[in-house]
Amino acid sequence: MNLKIYLGMLHQAEQTLAESFRQVAEGHGAEPDVHFLCRTLAGQCDRHGELLHPVLQRYGESREDNEPERLHAEGLSTTREGPVGLLRDLQDLYLLASLVDITWTMVKQAGSALRDKELLEVVAKCDAETAIQLRWLQTRMKQAAPQALVAAR
Amino acid sequence: MVDRIANIWGSRTPYARDGLWPVRVDQVLDDGVAEADVDRWVQSACVLCSNGCACDIAVKDGAMVGIRGRAQDLVNHGRLGPKGLFASRQGVSNKDRLISPLVRDNGQLVECDWDTAMRRIVDRSRSLLAERGPLSHGFYTSGQLFLEEYYALAVVGKGGIGTPHMDGNTRLCTATAAAAMKESFGADGQPGSYTDVDSCDALFLYGHNMAETQTVLWSRVLDRIAGPDRPKIVCVDPRDTEVARHADVHLAIRPGTNLALMHALVREILARGWEDTGYIRDHTRGLDDLRKAVEPWTAEAAAATCGVPAADIREAARIFGTSDRIVSTVLQGFYQSSQATAASCQVNNLHLLRGMLGRPGCGVLQMNGQPTAQNNRECGADGDLPGFRNWENPDHIKELARLWDVDPMTIPDWAPPTHAMQIFRYAEQGSINFLWISATNPAVSMPQLPRIRDILTKPDLFLVVQDLYLTETAQYADVVLPAAAWGEKTGTFTNVNRVVHLSDKAVDPPGEARSDLDIFLDYSRRMEFTTLAGAPLLDWTGPEDAFEAWKNCSRGRPCDYTGITYDRLRGGSGIPWPCNEDHPDGTDRLYGDGVFPTDPDYCESYGHDLLTGATVGAQAFRAQGPGGRAQFKTAPFHPPHEEPDEDHPLRYTTGRTAYHFHTRTKTGRSRPLTNAAPRAWVELAREDADRFGISEGDLVRVTSRRGRIEVPARVSGIAPGTVFAPFHYGYWETGGSPGPHPTAANELTLTEWDPVSKQPMFKNAAVAVEKIGDATGPAPAPTTTASRPAMAPGATPVPATTGGDAAQATETPGAEPAPRFPDAINAREGSQR
Ligand code: SF4
Repeated sequence: MNLKIYLGMLHQAEQTLAESFRQVAEGHGAEPDVHFLCRTLAGQCDRHGELLHPVLQRYGESREDNEPERLHAEGLSTTREGPVGLLRDLQDLYLLASLVDITWTMVKQAGSALRDKELLEVVAKCDAETAIQLRWLQTRMKQAAPQALVAAR
Repeated sequence: MVDRIANIWGSRTPYARDGLWPVRVDQVLDDGVAEADVDRWVQSACVLCSNGCACDIAVKDGAMVGIRGRAQDLVNHGRLGPKGLFASRQGVSNKDRLISPLVRDNGQLVECDWDTAMRRIVDRSRSLLAERGPLSHGFYTSGQLFLEEYYALAVVGKGGIGTPHMDGNTRLCTATAAAAMKESFGADGQPGSYTDVDSCDALFLYGHNMAETQTVLWSRVLDRIAGPDRPKIVCVDPRDTEVARHADVHLAIRPGTNLALMHALVREILARGWEDTGYIRDHTRGLDDLRKAVEPWTAEAAAATCGVPAADIREAARIFGTSDRIVSTVLQGFYQSSQATAASCQVNNLHLLRGMLGRPGCGVLQMNGQPTAQNNRECGADGDLPGFRNWENPDHIKELARLWDVDPMTIPDWAPPTHAMQIFRYAEQGSINFLWISATNPAVSMPQLPRIRDILTKPDLFLVVQDLYLTETAQYADVVLPAAAWGEKTGTFTNVNRVVHLSDKAVDPPGEARSDLDIFLDYSRRMEFTTLAGAPLLDWTGPEDAFEAWKNCSRGRPCDYTGITYDRLRGGSGIPWPCNEDHPDGTDRLYGDGVFPTDPDYCESYGHDLLTGATVGAQAFRAQGPGGRAQFKTAPFHPPHEEPDEDHPLRYTTGRTAYHFHTRTKTGRSRPLTNAAPRAWVELAREDADRFGISEGDLVRVTSRRGRIEVPARVSGIAPGTVFAPFHYGYWETGGSPGPHPTAANELTLTEWDPVSKQPMFKNAAVAVEKIGDATGPAPAPTTTASRPAMAPGATPVPATTGGDAAQATETPGAEPAPRFPDAINAREGSQR
């Protein structure tokens, strides 16, 4: 079943997002809200991985997708500096979290077709948290953008 | 005569449930002044805490010579506390007052005239606006101005300049009260009333040392306790406060774990079936999510996290679950600790679960710290919009624009309002270059002071400070503006339970000092801010014009003032808003009908996710269904981010003492108050003191990752593992900066804030304590308060705190019956004496 490709993608994407949240937390210690929340949200992503575990065991997990990866979502290797740097790092997180979000949605579609209650429960819990992660990133970016793009030197 | 330093709450006047709190008029006159010598009494209310005790100021030969409580007022029934009695006028009639503007020339602050000072401000303001735009400007104001002044500042900042960078030190004291009410009920607005104290049979105080923060409200509680059918008292506080000593259950919680405790209380109510299913069905939404969130939090689980016995948690829950009428009050122990909004919302949730709102004796008081914090929230000189309008609702923005006749695009609704900590961050990064600070002292009151001092001294920051004295903050300013104080200007303000008072001008300000309102109006005129029609943006000539304009702005909003006039406020009691055609005598308590301001078109906020602070947004909020219902909101518990470790083994918390207010700008100038609590100290539990070899009065160094203080130790009844420092003690008497022994509690605190209310966390940090010098006497901490010593057996007793001759006040039992709502609103004294 090709679902295992998507489960693999999802697992990978959650891991990448967790690492990137940690990266941003460490790189932006002078923004305490970003610092502490990114650490909390990284923990959420870790838990999503754990919750996925039983599902992965049942369906398997393929990290070897036959399709070539055209869009690389590799996560953040370093963080940027300054107000615009913060904005761009948050925006990168936003893209990664969006990838996680849409992948959960596709996994949910498959779970519905399979009538897999256990899978759907995992999706409901995790995807709701991912949605809030996205909303927080958007809230924080909207706050930062005017100052970073207009007033910062 | 009563020594009101030794006896903070005065003599008891017991009363029974559903009775009226008896009148007792407290009064002090200067030495040598008899009542017959007083030329006139001028009506006012005290501005030394959020209680808003109504008072009359005695005036003789153009000077304030005494004060007495107003018998006919619904708030205090004639009483005043030590700060009101001994610091109201003593705190402002002082030789140190600023009497002339100052500007910085060649690095020195030098006296100048108003024109020079204002021109300097306006020149810098204009050039920055031209060059960098409104985002270069920030305003950081207070919880101690008058309503009219906040509204002027709000119109200038939001309608004239158009900057989102406006906040008040209310961010440090009441932001969470407002946030919790917005999340639960849809808008700010205190549900309960002080009259609920008269009728309750259980009183829960969450992180609220009422005995020291609002001493007169505590007198009311003490009089119920002394009455025939005392309410049960439950206290959540790590210190052995006066409240704790009267409590039936004292939960001496570990700082930083409030939400875990609250989850357990909610869970217990649900598990025992003590909830009111009818009320929940008709008036709330979101119970399922709440139930899920609290499920893991058994009393045992919370006991392990919070460090209190599970049986006590169960007993507290039983009292909440089975009492007929319950009042809860919440303050800084929740607001300034981790997960502030989530923990405070759980208090609202408990009341919603039991339908304990809007009836006599059933109320929530999400307290304020400062006397006029409420008005800053209403008028929008902080991170709110005037009239509790919703910055995410375009119709509300248009309404304001119409009201002010400005382009809606001027009003900064395109970004969330910038909270104080972020304003300072932008100043640190150099994108805010103009910061105007009025009536507050961030150089002592903000967290992590070494950092704040660096920001205030940045060469690229133009700093305007407007205050009564040359505070620690004013010493860093480029321009210092001398402001008129309480008693020297007219205006209104509103206390915790929505009661509006008028404070009339009693005497002239010293020297060249001007009211904050006049200063803001002058700035607006000089900046030539205009309406779309070309008229001056602010054409008010005095406070009453401002009040009338504000009434217009408040029309139809939850804080509707349209039925209040200066005349109605003179001679009788203060009036609780909303006061309008529907409620001509004001409103004692809100939500009696169970209808909440959550209508999407009306609400002040669409709400947030309480864990992250992510906004819910209009669409998602509307999708939850029609308005009118209160919302159960919560978040998962998260341990504090800084926990004790090997290097910093103790938990650190900060707070106030009964004898001082804030950074002692006023109370530090009152001899009786200063004698009672002259210098800084820290409190330690006996077992921690023993562990570190510390005795009463020893000089200790307290160190966190950010800094250190060096002050004498008081061994007190505080929970083991926790260290407390009062936050009042800065450096204005000793040259303005920390000398070899720093004393300001905020040298140690960390820069972190609640994700929703953005209130900084002053109440959890990890510290180490070591002895650095032997005692030369007991610590300079009062013995009459939570800092009472826990004596080691056989030790020399610490002398009791007394006030002596300078602290004598009269307490006169009322001849007339106590004021009652609503009759008191229209009762008038014959004329002002
Ligand atoms: S309780 Fe507060 S308002 Fe009342 S007298 Fe004391 S300080 Fe003033």
